[in-house]
Amino acid sequence: MSRVFVSLVFAMVTGMAAQPAVAETPAEVLAIFKAEAVGTPGFKDFSAVRGAEFFKNKHGGEWSCASCHTDDPAAQGKHAKSDKLIKPLAPSANPERFTEMKKVEKWYKRNCNDVLDRECTAQEKGDVLTYLLTIGK
Amino acid sequence: MKFSGKHALGILAALLLVAGVVKLAVSDDYSGRGQQMMAGDKEAEEVKVRRAQPSNPEWLEECSACHIAYPPRFLPAESWREIMVGLGDHFGSDASLDVKTAGEISAFLEQNARRRKTTPDASGKYPLRITDSRWFRREHARAASRVKDDPKLRNLANCGACHMQAESGSFSEHDVRYPF
Repeated sequence: MSRVFVSLVFAMVTGMAAQPAVAETPAEVLAIFKAEAVGTPGFKDFSAVRGAEFFKNKHGGEWSCASCHTDDPAAQGKHAKSDKLIKPLAPSANPERFTEMKKVEKWYKRNCNDVLDRECTAQEKGDVLTYLLTIGK
Repeated sequence: MKFSGKHALGILAALLLVAGVVKLAVSDDYSGRGQQMMAGDKEAEEVKVRRAQPSNPEWLEECSACHIAYPPRFLPAESWREIMVGLGDHFGSDASLDVKTAGEISAFLEQNARRRKTTPDASGKYPLRITDSRWFRREHARAASRVKDDPKLRNLANCGACHMQAESGSFSEHDVRYPF
């Protein structure tokens, strides 16, 4: 009887371990940005309105976030140079988005450098994600 | 066994057959043009030949995010080395990677890079753009003039516009469909 029990537990555990690991949820990613932003001078509660404006602004350069991700983050995007199609950015349209912090940081670093010539602050990242989370709701 | 005319004929036929098979096997003349192949053609044929495509999961994921993962055989190791060192400004975009992933991808690229001798230009530089390679220009001379006039096509960096199997690493002439 105990052998059956142990086997069952073993099967359960391996079954659970076999699930694809989602490192974070978008809400958890947002909480991480909040924790980083809160201590910084001039911190304001994350705002979707500010995030939307930031997203569509070219910030004095050639590109905005919308240049590749389009004005509708739930839509498919296209790379402004290579024309490669980009899956939607809004988590409501693409559940894989903002579920792996390593990937989130990689793309914020690259794309903020491309758009702003600098890294985005935690405030800016949080505003943008707050905006993206309102899409499709 | 008595050696007779019947046997001789049979042996001769067998020898000719074997010779024919051997000739086919050692020939790399895929197009049937035989002795008329010109200096650059062998290279062109090489490019067209389907072969097992080397692949690497990091390379595929990271290097196909913004364009197709260009096969490592398209550039010499020297070119790949320079590209991987300059990812922060990768043809105008930031494509930077963490050190560990970059190292793995670099190793894969250099191990599977173009092996035919590539001559650097007068200032000792190797092409960083595949479209600047001599072999590429030879292959795409006609396509280049057509692409120039088409607003939708822009440049030759988007292999998939004509090479229908580009994403799987195959550039066989049989899978080319011209959009112009």
